[in-house]
Amino acid sequence: MNESNTIDYLMLLADSSLIMGQRLSEWTGHGPMLEQDIAITNISLDTIGQARYFYQLAAARLNEKSGNADVTEDTLAYLRDAHQYKNLLLVELPNGDWGQTILKIFFYAHRQKLMYEKLSGSADAEIAGIASKALKEVEYHVSWSSDWVKRLGDGTQESHDRMTKALEYLWPYTGEMFVPATYEKNFLENEFSFDVLKQGWLDKVSGILTEATLSLPPADTYMHTGGKTGVHTEYLGYILAEMQFLQRAYPGCEW
Amino acid sequence: MEQPLWEVFIRSRQGLDHKHVGSLHAADARMAIESARDVYTRRMEGVSIWVVESKNIHASSPDEAASFYEPAEDKIYRHPTFYKLPDEVEYM
Amino acid sequence: MRKLSDNMDTEALQKSFDEKIEKDIKIEPKDWMPVEYRKTLIRQISQHAHSEIVGMLPEGNWITRAPTLRRKCILIAKVQDEAGHGLYLYCAAETLNITREEMTEQLLSGKAKYSSIFNYPTLSWADMGAIGWLVDGAAIINQIPLCRTSYAPYARGMVRICKEESFHQRQGFDILLTLSRGSAEQKAMAQDAINRWWWPSLMMFGPPDNESPHTIQNMKWKIKRFTNDELRQKFVDMCAQQVEVLGLQIPDPDLKWNEERGHYDFGPINWDEFWNVVKGNGPCNKERMAARIKAHEDGEWVRAAALEYARKEAAGLTGKQSEKATIKK
Repeated sequence: MNESNTIDYLMLLADSSLIMGQRLSEWTGHGPMLEQDIAITNISLDTIGQARYFYQLAAARLNEKSGNADVTEDTLAYLRDAHQYKNLLLVELPNGDWGQTILKIFFYAHRQKLMYEKLSGSADAEIAGIASKALKEVEYHVSWSSDWVKRLGDGTQESHDRMTKALEYLWPYTGEMFVPATYEKNFLENEFSFDVLKQGWLDKVSGILTEATLSLPPADTYMHTGGKTGVHTEYLGYILAEMQFLQRAYPGCEW
Repeated sequence: MEQPLWEVFIRSRQGLDHKHVGSLHAADARMAIESARDVYTRRMEGVSIWVVESKNIHASSPDEAASFYEPAEDKIYRHPTFYKLPDEVEYM
Repeated sequence: MRKLSDNMDTEALQKSFDEKIEKDIKIEPKDWMPVEYRKTLIRQISQHAHSEIVGMLPEGNWITRAPTLRRKCILIAKVQDEAGHGLYLYCAAETLNITREEMTEQLLSGKAKYSSIFNYPTLSWADMGAIGWLVDGAAIINQIPLCRTSYAPYARGMVRICKEESFHQRQGFDILLTLSRGSAEQKAMAQDAINRWWWPSLMMFGPPDNESPHTIQNMKWKIKRFTNDELRQKFVDMCAQQVEVLGLQIPDPDLKWNEERGHYDFGPINWDEFWNVVKGNGPCNKERMAARIKAHEDGEWVRAAALEYARKEAAGLTGKQSEKATIKK
């Protein structure tokens, strides 16, 4: 197997989780009630934790190849620019209101669960190890966000309307999860059918959306892509400018 | 209107009793259990959670403390140390 | 059935309460307590809770900019702990017959106070270190005696909080230590943070004993176990030694060891500044309140939806339930 496919694929996993966690951490201290502030912060910590494992693995592989030790989780996270980031567009979108954030977690977690289930059986034992650990966390994100989707979709008229709006906004960014980049296809080879993945995801997600009295957008909705190959929304530049500021302003320091 | 208050009980290890650890606010039982997990088990404090809506807890009154608990004080024959055993009996 | 307390006049109840306090027997929520004791506790515990919640904001300000992934995770976990601590304290106060809603209302309307320290801005990453080392350090000194406070739910909450907080001060010190051993710019950043946070931290212990009207009664009730000045001195002694390990300075030319007293002497505190911040003229009072009000208002529809969904579910009226009912028909 081509090592650079693996590294690129690890970056897709790591970048997506990191940007997801970075966005969710914006909620810390601003949640709708104390209990939920704590809950969403837990999810943020989980996803950043997952990102770190994938970055650390990528760094170890890169260092092994070069014979140096100059790549770390932090050089990967803090010293790459937007066009080098491979995260899904979905995760870099603004949090919006609580409903939009919940729906973002909901779409992403359901997909991560299916992904990690597959990856925990990967021929790459190290990736399999991280995936099976992450799977337990993601299963909780799935049930927590599904509960909230139901509560908000089927709560009050206002919450229903807000969820409908959020659904319209986010839905066009869900397609990218099931359109593999070349490196992704190469890494996953025969382990994976993206059509099966998409169908599995759609079954779960549409079941819960229906329970939540929300209607699925039309099947022919236009889907945005580009994140996996480094072509992002304008939001990512700002996320990185903020996140990377200290490392960029004071290069080469220990923190 | 405020979310109801729930009391949280956690079993810290398999084999131990559930113990009251605190309370929280949640709209329903499912939300209360999830919140209890997020609030009270962040440091591996538990393996099982009970939640009870606070209004459903009935408590004895401190005013009755004397009549409730003091009568047990002179029933010392309920305790094993009340009985003197001959030295020859090592374990009982 | 007549309750025993009906037969006892207030004087006898007061006597029995005083005896419990005297013998260090904890007061539980349903026990009789003097009206003023209850009022004082509600005020103190809710203020403490508000401080934890508002205290999330200055540090939360740096979460998205933390310089490494490890530091980011630590900071997020720490700020999250503060939410947890606020929650434990609100729950402790709720045992005294006040609701969280009422306490939140008091905070957001400006009626209730919170620790003034959180009205200062966090201007650099080093502030995360200074807050951990100084602000949490001061908080811990204040809080450890509260684990033995006479009101049991408060004491139980404080035990949990102190246990969880033990890493907070260390992570702050660790940030400062790393900076002080780093580049000249980093070291300057650390010194600047200490310069700005030192005096406000000393003010955290409250006005001097001779100007603190509540101290005597609160000591008698064993709500408070040491005076403001005693705790402040303990803090100064601790920091004066630790700052040397950092190779940095405490911004007080009068700070020096006093052999006779067995303590460090320190310079006068600017109480005008303190009272000004208390009155709302601190650098960030308005921003902190605005952030809390926004979170509360933005969350209104979420809380309402959760309640409504719970109501529907209990009545068998959710989308899922009515769907099933239709199928059955």
